Amino acid sequence: MTNLAAEQELMARYRQRKRLLSKLFGAVCLMAMISCVAILAFLLISVLWRGFDYLGWDLIRNLPSRSAAKAGIWVYLIGSLWLIGLTTLFAVPLGVGAALYLEEYAAESRWKRIVQLNIANLAGVPSIVYGLLGLGIFVYILNLGQSILAGALTLTLVVLPIVILASQEALRAVPGSIRQASYALGATRWQTTWRQVLPAAMPGIMTGVILAVSRALGEAAPLVAMGAVQYVDRAPTSVWDTFSALPLAIFYWAMHSKPEFHDLAAAAIIVLLVVLISLNMVAAFVRYRFGKKVRW
Amino acid sequence: MSRWSENTVEDSPVAVGRPTASTEKILRSASELAGSPKKFATTNVNFWYGTHHALHDITLHVPENCVTALIGPSGCGKSTYLRCLNRMNDMIEQTRVEGQILLDGLDIRGPKVDVVDLRKRVGMVFQKSNPFPKSIFENIAYGPRVAGLKSRDRLEQIVERSLVQAALWDEVKDRLNDSALALSGGQQQRLCIARALATDPDVLLMDEPASALDPTSTLRIEDLIFELKENYTIVIVTHNMQQAARVSDQTAFFYEGHLIEAGVTNEVFTNPSKQETEDYITGRFG
Ligand SMILES: Nc1ncnc2c1ncn2[C@@H]1O[C@H](COP(=O)(O)OP(=O)(O)OP(=O)(O)O)[C@@H](O)[C@H]1O
Ligand SMILES: [Mg+2]
Repeated sequence: MTNLAAEQELMARYRQRKRLLSKLFGAVCLMAMISCVAILAFLLISVLWRGFDYLGWDLIRNLPSRSAAKAGIWVYLIGSLWLIGLTTLFAVPLGVGAALYLEEYAAESRWKRIVQLNIANLAGVPSIVYGLLGLGIFVYILNLGQSILAGALTLTLVVLPIVILASQEALRAVPGSIRQASYALGATRWQTTWRQVLPAAMPGIMTGVILAVSRALGEAAPLVAMGAVQYVDRAPTSVWDTFSALPLAIFYWAMHSKPEFHDLAAAAIIVLLVVLISLNMVAAFVRYRFGKKVRW
Repeated sequence: MSRWSENTVEDSPVAVGRPTASTEKILRSASELAGSPKKFATTNVNFWYGTHHALHDITLHVPENCVTALIGPSGCGKSTYLRCLNRMNDMIEQTRVEGQILLDGLDIRGPKVDVVDLRKRVGMVFQKSNPFPKSIFENIAYGPRVAGLKSRDRLEQIVERSLVQAALWDEVKDRLNDSALALSGGQQQRLCIARALATDPDVLLMDEPASALDPTSTLRIEDLIFELKENYTIVIVTHNMQQAARVSDQTAFFYEGHLIEAGVTNEVFTNPSKQETEDYITGRFG
């Protein structure tokens, strides 16, 4: 055998091995994907299965009760809606304002870099820590008690870094040439920000806001830590009322001594999931709808 | 807003800007150039990006109602000089200007000049077209709007006049509410010119306005420049020697941040006083 033939055979074997490896890798990835979907499907199906009997208007309408058959999620659902409403009201102006300042106004400086690093770190802090902070500041120092206001402020702490980071990301994606064009036409910084940059960044900001709201809706830990009550006998009607929330109901029912309540928890999870998925669909819609107009 | 009422309805649309075969293309003579008032007078202008010294002692006058062409190889500082004239360099962090830049005798960095007013008087067309992600109408109405103009009728007149001037009206008059991003590259560039004209500036700075245009549109832009110079002062950056020779009254040759030579276009092209200028113009480098 000549040298050349040997070399060619070596190359062929090498190529074959590479093809095999690539196929193997594809198969492993497929398995990973399938197991993810399978786990998710299993969870969903088991929740649906267990909670199905409890689904219905009574579940939505009824007040809490000692018997699982009569208990409903009305007070928790309303509590959750109050919470996310107020949290959005607090977190959006603050978060978008902070992002605008950092991206459009603040000059590059060491101070800005430190703030930036801290915001990124705050986004990673476990939410229960914010619950303790809320307990200390809002419940005790500001003396708001275990009110909706205190709960919403606590959740604002949780989602604020998310809103800021998402808004910054969206603002950064607006090309500098747009700002330059605006300034060159005699626009002030305020006009440039308000009329060009913010509208162009809106889809991204909205997506971030909706994700933050979903997060606020699903959080139980910070509310537990700030001492939100488990049982309320009527839906809250003002920001000073004590409250409970859907994730709290799920948390307590799932640990209940009577097993019927575990199925009730499953039904409540379904409601929570429906609300969450709706929110995410709104986010996708906003992205799609406004994203079409803004393409660089 | 007296600025907007100066133009009567009759003179605004259509009358100007239509390229016609009879447009007389007369360049200004040396004596006319010398006799024109100095719109911009820049003296010993130095510019730094951080530590990079991008402009060295530029002393150049821009005569009123004339076209000044800035030529020179890539990276020699033409755009930088242009951005000094409307203070767009202020937007870039860690930059520094020294020297004197007078607009109608007033220091544009002095306390008497507001940068927003300056930019309304000195319009700019960028090297890369940069339309807003809005409708064609909104793009052009933006400048007048931020200046405080609200009347829809007046805005419509301005939009039409500017588009006609920029030789774009016929192509877009039926779709003013479509996104400006749907226009072709050349159309976008003309849109940017129209947008700059909409604020009715005194001076128009154009950074390679024809670099993305086909020969026909390029000629239209050149015709446009001839018409505009009756009322506006124009500074144009171009890499196209023929274009500089065709449209400009005065030519300034930049090289590595230095102004090598400036003078009447005819002189600079036929009888340059510096070797570098001759080499560049005849295509021996750059
Ligand atoms: N934003 C910036 N930051 C740092 N340096 C810059 C910046 N803009 C330009 N420069 C530098 O300044 C010098 C002059 O650049 P300028 O853009 O004025 O050149 P130009 O003559 O317009 O070139 P071209 O014909 O390619 O547009 C170049 O060396 C460039 O690298
Ligand atoms: Mg340039």
